[in-house]
Amino acid sequence: MEKRSAFNHRFLPYALLVPQLAITVVFFYWPAIQAVWQSFLLQDAFGLSTAFIWLDNYRDLFSQPDYYQTIVTTLVFSGGVAVLSLSLALLLAVQADKQLSGAGVYRTLLIWPYAVAPAVAGVLWAFMFQPSLGVIARILRDDLGIDWNPLLNSDHAMIMVVLAAVWKQISYNFLFFLAGLQAIPKSVIEAAAIDGARPARRFWTITFPLLSPTMFFLIVVNIVYAFFDTLGLIDAMTAGGPGKATETLVYKVYADGRLGGDLGGSAAQSVILMIIVIALTAIQFRYVEKKVTY
Amino acid sequence: MAEVTLKDVRKVYPGGVEAVKGVSFDVPDGHFCVMVGPSGCGKSTLLRMIAGVETITSGEIRIGERIVNEIEPSERDIAMVFQNYALYPHMRVYDNMAYGLRNRKTPKDEIDRRVREAARILEIDALLDRKPRQLSGGQRQRVAMGRAIVRRPKVFLFDEPLSNLDAKLRITTRVEIKKLQKALGTTSVYVTHDQLEAMTLADMLVVMNAGRVEQIGAPLAVYERPATTFVATFIGAPAMNLLKMGGAEPALLLDNASVPAEGAIIGIRPEDFAIGAGDTAPAGGVALPLTVGAVEKVGPESFVYGTLDRGDNVIVRLPGQHAPAPGERAVAIAAREKLHIFSVDGQQRL
Repeated sequence: MEKRSAFNHRFLPYALLVPQLAITVVFFYWPAIQAVWQSFLLQDAFGLSTAFIWLDNYRDLFSQPDYYQTIVTTLVFSGGVAVLSLSLALLLAVQADKQLSGAGVYRTLLIWPYAVAPAVAGVLWAFMFQPSLGVIARILRDDLGIDWNPLLNSDHAMIMVVLAAVWKQISYNFLFFLAGLQAIPKSVIEAAAIDGARPARRFWTITFPLLSPTMFFLIVVNIVYAFFDTLGLIDAMTAGGPGKATETLVYKVYADGRLGGDLGGSAAQSVILMIIVIALTAIQFRYVEKKVTY
Repeated sequence: MAEVTLKDVRKVYPGGVEAVKGVSFDVPDGHFCVMVGPSGCGKSTLLRMIAGVETITSGEIRIGERIVNEIEPSERDIAMVFQNYALYPHMRVYDNMAYGLRNRKTPKDEIDRRVREAARILEIDALLDRKPRQLSGGQRQRVAMGRAIVRRPKVFLFDEPLSNLDAKLRITTRVEIKKLQKALGTTSVYVTHDQLEAMTLADMLVVMNAGRVEQIGAPLAVYERPATTFVATFIGAPAMNLLKMGGAEPALLLDNASVPAEGAIIGIRPEDFAIGAGDTAPAGGVALPLTVGAVEKVGPESFVYGTLDRGDNVIVRLPGQHAPAPGERAVAIAAREKLHIFSVDGQQRL
């Protein structure tokens, strides 16, 4: 028999659950249901009349070439952010793991960016890359001879937002990688060294596979981050521009709904995003428990 | 095949702790050398320096003709069995054993042949497709052994490989390690804190204490003629009885003029005592009256814990189950040739 803790009061367990449930209901289920409902409606520009139009919002969305362009932009952005932030964080974690002097300071400094608010980070990076004022922009233009202008050049804008998003996410990845590395027994690495594996081979055949559960978890977290948590950053840096070069799916939800007033279309987009998140989470739960263990 | 030579090897950790304080010895080709000592005596550090996973502060380590001080562990052509086995958790048993060969670019069919042969010798053929976490402690230990022998290295290093096994398995595995090493004829260096393991495995025993070598020799030679009181008490169980005698007492007792004026420490192994009826000592030997405090009968032998009239506690080991009862008076007798005499500081055998 499974041992269960018993409550004498019938309502106590429910009362204990209420705070968490209330938060989830108010901040997640309620808006989510609203969004689904909203996505079936069409409102006129002044909000005076509302018509129920079934799936027309979705149909509209998928008939716009714009939407596909945004999907491509999102994939490029997320891919860039995930690959760069994971590989840089792994590199930093491997260095931090080699017990050098000053490791504590090094670790603390690396963790700081995570505490910076997205909008603040966005402004910071936008300043540094600002074509006429920015420190980095000046180096790029004067010393490297690159005609740097993220305000006009869409590739430059994309590079800039990717870098800022990567910078914010490295801390988080770093912490997990470092914890993962420290969980690998030292003797296993030593055994590999004695077994004739040089450092690079040791890393790829022993350390890296043993980090795979951490890696997989972080890939999912990073994709979710790049998809959803970069709204503030993008808004502060480029507001999706130039043109729509840095408009990701989540930014388009904001731009179409809040700025464009198309509440129905925007709601339809957020429902799609919601489905993506659910899918990613499901994959994570399925595989973290099964496949990526050794 | 190679000999291992250590010349004045030292290890000082950053922070100033000196773990190994100048150790020199030479393990001849094919010999089984066991380094034994209490925890913290530097034996594991020394082994790890031979393996190359710990740097050498000063001195010289040779494997065969080669000085290996600056050579990476991967290039030393050694194999090591770790206390926690250090198997690669994400690889099957087969791949665990093949890993070292693959790193050395051994042809595939050769790898397969050698892995299967090693698996057959160690009786783990049925486990080749399993992951380490699916194995018992004893099986893991065998895989770790297999990983070492497939490589056919010049030297085997063992870092307390039996300490994670239960008592019964420890004895059978000990015998197997000895047989395997004899069959392969590979020079081996083995670290343990267990004196019984050391006595049974070694061709050559290195007793260490506080970063120094106390004595080197064949196990029985060390047992029969311990060089210091540390070795005398560390090798052999229960430990040797040590009686500190000042001034003229030993000379008087032993009728031996060669004992220095400041006194000496007399050592008598529990098994070298007999319980006598009268208190007449055999010629040149000792007869020590005592009061029996406790008796342990374990079957084939009995241990008598007593207090000598002169104050020291002693242990007497008697064959069989016949022993005086607690509270009784008895006389412990030892023959002259069974006595070990050490200087007062315990550092020298007289």
